[in-house]
Amino acid sequence: MTSIGTGYDLSNSVFSPDGRNFQVEYAAKAVENGGTAIGLRCQDGVVLAVEKLVMSKLLVESSNRRISTVDRHIGIAFSGLIPDGRAFVNRARDQAAQWRRNFQSPMPISSIADDMGGLAQAYTLYSSVRPFGITAIIGGVDEDGKPGLYMIEPSGLYWGYYGAATGKGRQAAKAEIEKLDLANITIREAVKHAARIIHSAHEDSKDKEFQIEMTWVGKEETGGRHQVVPKELQEEAERLAKKALEGEDDDEDEEKEKMEE
Amino acid sequence: MNHTPENWGRPRDDIYGFYDKSFLQNTGGAQQHTTRPVVTGTSVVALKYNGGVVMAADNLASYGSLARFTDIKRIKQVGDHTIVGAGGDISDMQYLFDKLLESVLIKEEYQNDGHALRAPHIYSYLARVLYNRRCKFNFLWNSILVAGYDDEKKPFLASADLLGTRFSSPALASGYGAQLAIPILRKIAPDEASVTKITKEQAIEAIKLCMKVLFYRDARSMNKYSLAVISEEGVDLTHGVALENESWKFAETVRGYGAQTV
Repeated sequence: MTSIGTGYDLSNSVFSPDGRNFQVEYAAKAVENGGTAIGLRCQDGVVLAVEKLVMSKLLVESSNRRISTVDRHIGIAFSGLIPDGRAFVNRARDQAAQWRRNFQSPMPISSIADDMGGLAQAYTLYSSVRPFGITAIIGGVDEDGKPGLYMIEPSGLYWGYYGAATGKGRQAAKAEIEKLDLANITIREAVKHAARIIHSAHEDSKDKEFQIEMTWVGKEETGGRHQVVPKELQEEAERLAKKALEGEDDDEDEEKEKMEE
Repeated sequence: MNHTPENWGRPRDDIYGFYDKSFLQNTGGAQQHTTRPVVTGTSVVALKYNGGVVMAADNLASYGSLARFTDIKRIKQVGDHTIVGAGGDISDMQYLFDKLLESVLIKEEYQNDGHALRAPHIYSYLARVLYNRRCKFNFLWNSILVAGYDDEKKPFLASADLLGTRFSSPALASGYGAQLAIPILRKIAPDEASVTKITKEQAIEAIKLCMKVLFYRDARSMNKYSLAVISEEGVDLTHGVALENESWKFAETVRGYGAQTV
């Protein structure tokens, strides 16, 4: 990278002459190598899913979660440096709890996205801190059942999304998400899509072991609570996902065979 | 001489001159905490039966002797397995129910590990909070009953008060109920062993009888109450249950006070 050796990448509080903050760009690099994380905002709620690469066979299954419950109705999935994600989630939990203390009501998703976006941005301003090495996907439902999905980048930039993807497989995942009619599917249907998308986004790094972590939140489906997708449903979704991917491969093989003929 | 409590144990003004309070931050003298409850709820009664617990508390909040609020819910469901009933100061109860317990439940959900807090855990937490506050001489002015299932899936019932005192029994009641309801309940549940012989219907009937007796004799009670039944199926909590078969005929036979001559 051209920034190396120029001295403009050593501190957060220094811009390069062409107006870039290199520390923020480096943080984004940390995210690009993290396991894929996606969020789908459907008609009745939100589904979050991550591809969790298994670092060691010695780890307890389902340990080291990468999707966290922030409040009853809010979940955060993230991609990038896991300890940074933990710190980010703890901060989000404090914010949501404080909102409840002050207003005796659950924090709107837009408000927590705004708070955490502001926090991430503040971490790009000072030489005493570094930006969060994560991109966070915040999903949840408001008190009236309206789903909300936001993605916050290390720069503090955040948008509301219908479907969001980050991490290593984000390009493939985004392409798949764009094909979905998110406004008209339920989260129960979206769980299957999410499993398929994570599996297909994993294609490139096939040799590595991975697990899918999936949570959902919907006013009707989960009573407005952010919960782990029930085991049976996730297993079914993964079974279908694998089948769908094998189907694609078969098609490709057949095509190749035809071509060869 | 000044006999108000804040002067107890202090040097007498007539001998030592006025006490210089100027160094104190708040001008009123010594720091004071709650010394009496203001808006209050009365008894909570509960009884174990074979396979669960029944609990009741009326829906009144009194402001002194004035029946101020008549639709107050003094029993709260906490998670899937537990109910908590509170008597005493209503604002302290709301703090316990809406702030503390809610935040405990939400923090438990962070784990997402399939475990849930059961009645003994909630009870232990509440008793610790009450005791902690009494050690600061800043009481949460409540007496509470916690009912549900314990870790062995057996019915659980216990009480804690503003001092942090813990007590457990198959039949419990707080406030005026401790005087009037417990004798009624102990007739069918004298000890832990007798609980296995009590059916759900019998327990509900006994609790309903207690609520009636309490309404007859407790001037801070009302004829509408919350009734909670914990069974294998979970918690069944109904608010606004009306008192049945009320009859004031016995009042004519009461002697010893009022205008009538014996």
